[in-house]
Amino acid sequence: MRYMMLVCTDPEAEEYDPAQDNIQAWVSEMDGQGIRIMGNRLGGVDKAVTIRKRGDKILKTDGPFAETKEWIAGFDLLECATLDEAIAVAAAHPMARFGRIEIRPFWQGD
Amino acid sequence: MGEDGGAESLRLFIERLYREESRRVLATLIRLVGDIDLAEDSMHDAFASALAKWRLEGAPTNPRAWLVSAGRFKAIDSLRRRSRFNASLRELADRLEGQARARQGETEALFDDRLRLIFLCCHPALSLEAQVALTLRETCGLRTEEIARAFLVDGSTLAQRIVRAKAKIRDARIPYEVPTRREMSGRLDAVLRVIYLVYNEGYFASAGDALSREELSAEAIRLGRLLSELLPEGEVFGLLGLMLLNESRRCARSDADGDLILLDEQDRSLWSRELIAEGSSLAKRALASQDPGPYSIQAAIAAVHAEAQSAAATDWRRIAAYYDRLADKDPSPVVALNRAVAFAMRDGPSVGLELIDGILERGDLEGYHLAHAARADLCRRLGMNAEARRSYERALELAQQGPERRFLERRLLDLTVERHPAPALKGLKEE
Repeated sequence: MRYMMLVCTDPEAEEYDPAQDNIQAWVSEMDGQGIRIMGNRLGGVDKAVTIRKRGDKILKTDGPFAETKEWIAGFDLLECATLDEAIAVAAAHPMARFGRIEIRPFWQGD
Repeated sequence: MGEDGGAESLRLFIERLYREESRRVLATLIRLVGDIDLAEDSMHDAFASALAKWRLEGAPTNPRAWLVSAGRFKAIDSLRRRSRFNASLRELADRLEGQARARQGETEALFDDRLRLIFLCCHPALSLEAQVALTLRETCGLRTEEIARAFLVDGSTLAQRIVRAKAKIRDARIPYEVPTRREMSGRLDAVLRVIYLVYNEGYFASAGDALSREELSAEAIRLGRLLSELLPEGEVFGLLGLMLLNESRRCARSDADGDLILLDEQDRSLWSRELIAEGSSLAKRALASQDPGPYSIQAAIAAVHAEAQSAAATDWRRIAAYYDRLADKDPSPVVALNRAVAFAMRDGPSVGLELIDGILERGDLEGYHLAHAARADLCRRLGMNAEARRSYERALELAQQGPERRFLERRLLDLTVERHPAPALKGLKEE
């Protein structure tokens, strides 16, 4: 079962501490177990562009589509047997402490 | 016994079996077929075919195992029928049939599947409303309309909630497992919260005119008993003890008109000795466990009340000490309020009033009618009638439940009557 893990910032989370950021260990552990299929950090929201097509016109707007203090900072694509396994994987990611993580299963059809 | 008498007694036997065993059969079928809806339908089919089969062949020696096995094959049949439209269902049916044939004798689980079912229904990925609805439906076997009526929501809203929760279980793949030791404490909290919420909804109906809806409380107690059998741990005993001790006072807490009677004014001879004995012994057991949690401490407090011969004989020193421990475990404003009331009883109303004013100043309980009612009561005991009246009025603005409103109205009226024979009271001068 595939899950998309969205890594988000969160102003209410613990302050970021580079000394405790074990992201490399997390990546090699999850890659080694065949859980993490791929993933990456994303560039800052200042580099985001939002695209809409309305009628024949393509509208491009500077910035992300939602103006909030929280933004998506990265993502990982996971292969896990159950939601509980995906939760455990996400909880081990450093950004679960310094930000927050949303897990969404791939769409299964209605 | 004639032909009809035999059929009638078989029908009664199967009805009893349904009441007593259907949840266990369902819990096992969910594990075997991997889908809640399919398991439910198959279980009903199995009970229906039992009526026809057992009439001819007589009831089997182990009816539950028979029902599980029949349900399992009904599920396979139903997948086969649907597989004409969906090839993946055929594979699933083949796989289930292979497993069923390979382990036909083995219908008894090593482990009680009902515990899995409780943890599934209370999975933290589901909303609290969904957890409550699913638990009552799948674990207790209540019908959707019954649950909707109990929580005063529209039947179709509740049905939707259940459908969405089941879809989430399936689509996000919430596992059908009992959590490991390491995850247990957080997951058990969710289960206990759901059971206590169901109990309280039956004890203090949050709106409407009936003071209690006994059936909901009875379901919660049944769940608590089941859980304490399956998972004998401190907090599980604590919660069951707490519910039983509250339950012991049910007959004494309202008068013939359904009006609320406070603990100190209740007729203690109406309290159920049997429930108190069971609840107190559970509370003791829970408190003796390593690092007792909030339910265990609350049960211990309830036991002190239950054991007091009269309101005046209540051991407030012990209760206040327990509230200190409770506030340590659960630093919520409602616990702080109850602690303030216990301190008022031990050290006098002015101590309690100071604590309550502090809590209200922080603003957490400004909208909670019982905080204002408690403040009003302390003011009344200090003779500050104007202050008391103001707080009773604020409590009345916030209270929603009929009997509680009538109680507050009575208290307000008493205050007005009292001021004439006692004009020298401090409260009058304050106006």
